[in-house]
Amino acid sequence: MGLLAVNRIYAAITALVLAFVVLPLGAVIWVSFFANRILSFPATGYTLDWYVRAWQLDSFRNGFITSVETALVAVALSLALGVPASLALVRYRFPGRDAIQTLLLSPMVVPGIVGGAALFMAFIELEILLDVDISGTLPGLFVAHGLIALPWTVRLVTASLVGMSPSYEEAAQSLGAGRLTTFFRVTLPIIKPGIVAAALFSFVISFIDLEKSIFLVGPGRTTLQIALVSYLEWNLDSTVAAVATVQILIIGVLLLVSDRYARLSRAF
Amino acid sequence: MSDVVLQSIVKRYDAMTAVDHVSLTIGEGELVALLGPSGCGKTTTLRMVGGFIPVTEGRILVGGRDLTHLPPNKRNMGFGFQNYALFPHMSVAENVAFGLEMRKLPKAEIGAKVKTALDRVKLSHLAERLPKQLSGGQQQRVALARALVIEPDVLLLDEPLSNLDAQLRHEMKTEIRTLQQQLGITTIFVTHDQDEALSVADRVVLMRAGKIEQQGSPDDLFGRPASRFAAEFMGVTNLLPGELAGVGRFRLASGEEVRVHPVGVGGDLSLALRPERLALDADEPDHNALPAVVDLATYRGLVIDYRVATASGLVLIARRPSPAVGGPAPLKPGQPVRVSWHPDAGTLVPA
Repeated sequence: MGLLAVNRIYAAITALVLAFVVLPLGAVIWVSFFANRILSFPATGYTLDWYVRAWQLDSFRNGFITSVETALVAVALSLALGVPASLALVRYRFPGRDAIQTLLLSPMVVPGIVGGAALFMAFIELEILLDVDISGTLPGLFVAHGLIALPWTVRLVTASLVGMSPSYEEAAQSLGAGRLTTFFRVTLPIIKPGIVAAALFSFVISFIDLEKSIFLVGPGRTTLQIALVSYLEWNLDSTVAAVATVQILIIGVLLLVSDRYARLSRAF
Repeated sequence: MSDVVLQSIVKRYDAMTAVDHVSLTIGEGELVALLGPSGCGKTTTLRMVGGFIPVTEGRILVGGRDLTHLPPNKRNMGFGFQNYALFPHMSVAENVAFGLEMRKLPKAEIGAKVKTALDRVKLSHLAERLPKQLSGGQQQRVALARALVIEPDVLLLDEPLSNLDAQLRHEMKTEIRTLQQQLGITTIFVTHDQDEALSVADRVVLMRAGKIEQQGSPDDLFGRPASRFAAEFMGVTNLLPGELAGVGRFRLASGEEVRVHPVGVGGDLSLALRPERLALDADEPDHNALPAVVDLATYRGLVIDYRVATASGLVLIARRPSPAVGGPAPLKPGQPVRVSWHPDAGTLVPA
């Protein structure tokens, strides 16, 4: 078999895999413009009404706002914890370093539903202990999402730091800079691409979470993902497709932007 | 005064001792080269002086002040890194200004000092460039300017020439030496290249396995290596094991007896002979001379290296100027020769 033929086969397989990933997304986007009252084929006409209806529905609008808020706070939390943690993990050798690294990455490998249940129970225990509400509150949700985003931040920032020679920091120190000045004037600017990518990626990871949130939203509160699932329980129309299309757009743009800053493949 | 005194410094990592009781005094304005193969402890020693690696035992004094436990930013030392470590997000001028900003000098003074420093390395015209827009040699110059502009007590250079090509290395070598002498700054220069060490240093300190093997002027080390290791490291290719056979006489392991400079040491010895000191056709009466046959000729531009072998199996390398620089006509493999050298040309070193 010639090299050209082999290349053709690879190209065909690649195209198939890509189609498998992209076609369902394409279908969702297509369906979101159908004029049919109930989701069905073929389209009887095309309309933008579902987008308007999605925004008019309280559950979607409020869910969207809560999701954005939560994701922003998750980004802030995961950076505040993840950047110093990555710095310590990469630059220093200390007892328990490997254990801490594994611990920081563990939320990534624990199934979301398990993590959610665990957090819920931990929050309840804390509530009993401290006599304050946590489990149904926004701060509780924020903390949970900070945890979801943390491993990704640690991974991306760690990758940037590993790629940065410690001699830059040493040079700054030999020139008279203390640890804080060195961090803000030398380390931070050099790893900035990794941090921007971590922030954008954390946002996406928090934004798309369903499993943890489902345990932790209080009564009367919902995130966009929960709103989607609840809506699907009783309705079958293109509103869901419209909401999904908006999400695909937001996430796609964020991922493209973060990939420009730091190759996301480095985090996997 | 900014002489540097290392008092029996030790660096231990768990079971491994990287630097083992090194004591060394570097005089004010002196340039000392720490020379040795990788893993000999030279860089670890330099980094301990710079404050980047904590010292396990011993003390480091600069100008009589004990700074063993001071962090690097309190030591007032200029450090030149192997990869230059120019801050990639700052321009050349900003890089050079960094140390002065840390010292909180007024803006105008910083500007003037940066200009002087860049003039000194002939790079004023590139002040606004980013490091990645500079060549390796230019980056090295900026790194030097940045390290020197803070008027450090000591300049520490870690393999500063190893990332440059041969031509540039020669230029920078001269430039570093010139700058160092102009400023009269106490300098420690780490290198694995004996040629670099010999050409820049006032004093060469040869290290091996965490200890000082030998130290002295470049000529001391080059001409009178004190051990087999030193001889090998300084490029002596002929190291002939044997034993003393009376005053001024040495019996080679291959059986020949040759005259040597009388020495007071005994035990297992090797005769160290530089290839340049061996003649292949001279016939001086008081020289050692052995009949041999040319085995291999290696043309090296300025010189030709001849591998010659005696009937007893002794193999020696002799080096002669090549015809290109006025040397004698080349010899062919198989040609009989007389290898000869003056008894004082060799050095006996402990085997």
